[in-house]
Amino acid sequence: MSLLSLIFGEKKHTASVAKERLQLIIARERVGLSGPDFLPDLQKDLVAVISKYVPIDPADIKVALEKQGNYEVLEVNIVLPEGR
Amino acid sequence: MTTIITVTSGKGGVGKTTTSASIASGLALRGFKTAVLDFDVGLRNLDLIMGCERRVVYDFVNVIQGDANLHQALIKDKHADNLFVLPASQTRDKDALTSEGVEKVLKELEHQGFDYVVCDSPAGIEHGAVIALTFADEAIVVTNPEVSSVRDSDRILGIIQSKSRRAIEGREPVKEHLLVTRYDPKRAHEGEMLTYTDIQELLRIPLLGVIPESEVVLQASNQGIPAIHQKGTPVADAYQDAIGRFLGEEHPLRFVEYEKPGLLKRLLGGK
Ligand SMILES: Nc1ncnc2c1ncn2[C@@H]1O[C@H](COP(=O)(O)OP(=O)(O)O)[C@@H](O)[C@H]1O
Ligand SMILES: [Mg+2]
Repeated sequence: MSLLSLIFGEKKHTASVAKERLQLIIARERVGLSGPDFLPDLQKDLVAVISKYVPIDPADIKVALEKQGNYEVLEVNIVLPEGR
Repeated sequence: MTTIITVTSGKGGVGKTTTSASIASGLALRGFKTAVLDFDVGLRNLDLIMGCERRVVYDFVNVIQGDANLHQALIKDKHADNLFVLPASQTRDKDALTSEGVEKVLKELEHQGFDYVVCDSPAGIEHGAVIALTFADEAIVVTNPEVSSVRDSDRILGIIQSKSRRAIEGREPVKEHLLVTRYDPKRAHEGEMLTYTDIQELLRIPLLGVIPESEVVLQASNQGIPAIHQKGTPVADAYQDAIGRFLGEEHPLRFVEYEKPGLLKRLLGGK
């Protein structure tokens, strides 16, 4: 915080953050995906499928929903074991 | 024809009861025969806000269960002619408001020539809130400029669109209105709080009005006189405007822009 804002007690402009977060969650809840609740199941299914081909530690598959600009991105991160 | 208006929100403490009391009073002051019904079983409060708590003898559940007739249970308001209050029951049995029972009471109100029935919904998205919106023709969705309130309003809109009789029977949908309450133009102006346009963009339903945050509401509830009777205050005027718009009149929004206090006002310490 700058000296000026300390003196004048400038407050944070957080309303825009609130609006962005609401846009995302409301859009998601409207299509019936109430929160990222399906992510754990998706993760488990991915582990099962990939294990058929490569031995893998379940913890090495990570899934997440992220917002990039106007899009929502489903990010799947799979780390294959080394030394093969 | 009776029009059933449900005041709802999902979230608690946003101003549903305050709004139900003022909207019902305002409609009655305009000459419409109006009843306001408390659906908050176990947490009766509308009686206090309307100032009729000492005259409660029978309640909504008594009428449904046949212990009293509607005429005995309706309390005539002291501040407006044409206005009647049906208090909630303090029973702990939340399921006491059956949909057949509520429908019967609403039919009887129609039979008695009521123009408007205002249903004050409990918080939540469970039985009580659903039964309060089941028979709605119009819904006033009360929302505060705050994240959880906006999200809950969107949830309740989803429930109106799936569980109301109008939705189930495929009739013309419930008419939805957004009422932003406890609005602080200064904090919205400074980017600290969602603006009413932000909220409208998020919820995408027509704006009925914006009620400013004001100490008048507490003073009104202390005395048991609905805020709309505090003539000349921004809260009362904003509720009057909202009722006018509800009835199809056009009123520009007031009390939504922040005006910097002038130097004199600041020196004199005005608010
Ligand atoms: N416009 C307003 N300005 C200030 N306080 C308000 C306003 N509207 C409601 N309140 C206060 O907010 C609290 C909750 O209001 P209430 O109408 O009981 O909400 P609900 O019925 O949604 O739970 C009460 O203390 C009430 O006095
Ligand atoms: Mg209430």
